[in-house]
Amino acid sequence: MTDTREVREHFPADGATPVVEMTGISILFPGVKALDDVSFRLFPGEVHSLMGENGAGKSTLIKALTGVYPIDSGTIVVDGQPVSFTGPAAAQAAGISTVYQEVNLLPNLSVAENILLGREPRRFGGIDGRAMRRRAAELLEGLNLDIDPGSLLGSHSLAIQQLVAIARAINVDSKVLILDEPTSSLDADEVAELFRVIRSLRDSGVAILFVSHFLDQIYEITNRLTVLRNGRLVGEYLTTELLRIDLVQKMIGKELTTLDEIGERAHADAVTADRPADYARAEGLGRKGAIEPFDLVIGEGEVIGLAGLLGSGRTELARILGGIDRADSGQLDIAGARTRLRSPRQAISRRIAYSSENRRSEGIIDDLTVRENIVLALQADRGWFRPIPKKRREELAQSYIQTLNIRPANPDALVRNLSGGNQQKVLLARWLAIAPRLLILDEPTRGIDIGAKAEIQKLVYTLAENGMSVVFISAELEEVLRLSHRVVVLRDRRLVADLENDGLTVDALLALIADGSVDDEAPLAPLGESS
Amino acid sequence: MNPTLLRAVSSRLFWPIVMLVILVAINVVAFPDFLSITVTDGHLFGSVIDILRNGAPTFIIAIGMTLVIATRGIDLSVGAVAAISGAVACSILLGSPDPGAVGTVIVAVAAALVTSLVLGLWNGFLVSVIGIQPIIATLVLMTAGRGVAMLITEGQILTVDSAPFKSLGSGFLLGMPVAVVIGAAIFVVAALLTRRTALGMLIESVGINPEASRQAGVRARVLLFAVYTFCALSAGIAGLILTANQTAADSNNTGLFIELDAILAVVIGGTSLAGGRYSLAGTLVGALVIQTLVTTVYTVGIPPIVTMVFKAAVVTAVCLLQSPATSAAVGRLRYRISARTSRVKEAAAS
Repeated sequence: MTDTREVREHFPADGATPVVEMTGISILFPGVKALDDVSFRLFPGEVHSLMGENGAGKSTLIKALTGVYPIDSGTIVVDGQPVSFTGPAAAQAAGISTVYQEVNLLPNLSVAENILLGREPRRFGGIDGRAMRRRAAELLEGLNLDIDPGSLLGSHSLAIQQLVAIARAINVDSKVLILDEPTSSLDADEVAELFRVIRSLRDSGVAILFVSHFLDQIYEITNRLTVLRNGRLVGEYLTTELLRIDLVQKMIGKELTTLDEIGERAHADAVTADRPADYARAEGLGRKGAIEPFDLVIGEGEVIGLAGLLGSGRTELARILGGIDRADSGQLDIAGARTRLRSPRQAISRRIAYSSENRRSEGIIDDLTVRENIVLALQADRGWFRPIPKKRREELAQSYIQTLNIRPANPDALVRNLSGGNQQKVLLARWLAIAPRLLILDEPTRGIDIGAKAEIQKLVYTLAENGMSVVFISAELEEVLRLSHRVVVLRDRRLVADLENDGLTVDALLALIADGSVDDEAPLAPLGESS
Repeated sequence: MNPTLLRAVSSRLFWPIVMLVILVAINVVAFPDFLSITVTDGHLFGSVIDILRNGAPTFIIAIGMTLVIATRGIDLSVGAVAAISGAVACSILLGSPDPGAVGTVIVAVAAALVTSLVLGLWNGFLVSVIGIQPIIATLVLMTAGRGVAMLITEGQILTVDSAPFKSLGSGFLLGMPVAVVIGAAIFVVAALLTRRTALGMLIESVGINPEASRQAGVRARVLLFAVYTFCALSAGIAGLILTANQTAADSNNTGLFIELDAILAVVIGGTSLAGGRYSLAGTLVGALVIQTLVTTVYTVGIPPIVTMVFKAAVVTAVCLLQSPATSAAVGRLRYRISARTSRVKEAAAS
């Protein structure tokens, strides 16, 4: 357990000057305000976390600070000086270093070369290899890392590589160290090692911006939190003074219901109807490093909502059900028959469709037309030598363009030229065209306007009424509660609750998502839950 | 410029066709009879026919290459496959007691094509099953293939005397050179096979976004096998035409650098090396540009020493014209003109 005294000690006293102070930052992307009047400060000797769901603006804010994106309005002050960085190199020269989630180093060079790449000590016009290894050894020692600077970087574990990246970052006398999801691929021991380094850097006065999706880690290491939502600042808090449940609530927010017509019907169904026949039954299904083994039953015509934060395992669970990733433990029965899904193709042939949350990279084929995108999965399932007749393709495209209200209503338009919401509808049309028995929708309403959102929600409701089973993932709990018969809650890559949606409230869900208990202490559970 | 013309200018095929027209015009100026076609013994003769015939092997390979490139791949081994195919056919003809018999020639051609097929499966295996990058995977066969051809010919240049075989390269069918008829047939087959079935769309889908295609249930592995096999098969056919034309299998020189011309034809035809949308018609234009260029060098009397430089200049020009910078400039022009026309219309209306 932590002692809060330690945290207090490190919190800047009143009157301390922030090393970074961003005020009123706005960044406009075509059509969206990625950041809207956001302020943020970072003090020397603290670990500060940026919190928020997808699209909250965390990475945009980091990129604004490091000069990757130019800001449209607002000021950035570093060390009392107003700055406007022209790029990451300029930010680094001013003492702001970033270590990204994916290690951006060269595995085929030595550790020393990686640490000092671009800043090699010189001698007689060449690189001074001995000085380089010596300097690297000093830096590694500073991090308490006992590895040979001359060894190849690629021969070390990801965690060590991560620490080497940090060594590289602190070589330049960083005042600010930004760690963007450094723990997402580390195991518990490695995380502990990383945290030891973070603490010693913090104690030496470096300001650390730590981004992670793991709440346990946030509560273990950080002093303060800044929460963003939809590109706006929600607030800045002392970690010890913010309950987990409040944090989650602030991250997710409470959007006013605009869809009362669907309203309570889903709830009513859950209460009155008898338990529907099972369509899918998973027992101990799991995948190492992605999701702990889970049990789940999906009834015919049932809508299961998956609730949990980003990185909680909600997508991982859905991907296994959809055949995108293979399970490495447990068993799955589909319509009463033992089934092993080895590929999306096999899932599709069993009429299971998974619609990815990454619309652009895993969903639409942007250079194909609307019509081609709609018929793609159906055609792939039929095989290339049995083309869908031209007339039938036209009918399919036209009927989905109409039903889903796809704009522009032109089957020959390239999908790349459609708006996000319309791309999502094209993707939905592709899955509906295969007449799925189980439709898995991973964040189908993210980043699309409210009108399209409402249409998609109505569609899910109608589909389920007609007997289709639906697994529905959304970061918006109201949406999950509105549509689902049952809600499954995930946390830290585990299924932690499976509840009838009968009088379930957002607050109750928030509590489960946060840590299952509503007590005041922010417990520091060991991190080893995901083996 | 009127809007129709502007639309034509922004078409991918516009500049290659312009280039082709310019090259033909140069030839007509230098050699007024360039476009004339005479009929002798029911066979067509003329410079244009020569271009079609000489360009056929490159064109045939370029058809296969188009499909490979559409999947984000590339096949460097086509020249070597052509050489192997020719070597197999010639060694069978030489080994038989009666090289002139039609039956022997059929066996020889079939053996060559089966060999090409196997080589294509090998490329497909390396790319789709092993997952080696296409440029490396096919480089293996590009370098090793000529050695294989040498083994088959035992290091000799095999000269064959077989009238039916020779007719593949220099014979006539329905008045047209056999090579041109074969090229046309393969073009039609490829077009029907990919555009009348769903093959073309699935190939493009994999080329544009492999992961999204996988999640949509597209069997990328089978598709890759298919395109590399088809490409090797077309290379084998081209190799037979080249060998028959020379009546000799030359392991070192048959189809030498033809992979580069084929890739060039595809790129000039507007298919992006990044994969995705492809155009077989564009490849046809591209192959014609390349072959007309070679002919122009001779008709205009450009010294052989500068031939390569001349070719490079033309290719650079086509690439520049097709570049994103040029299309952006055309786009701006289009915008300005349409803005002006609408202003003129408004003025007229008021």
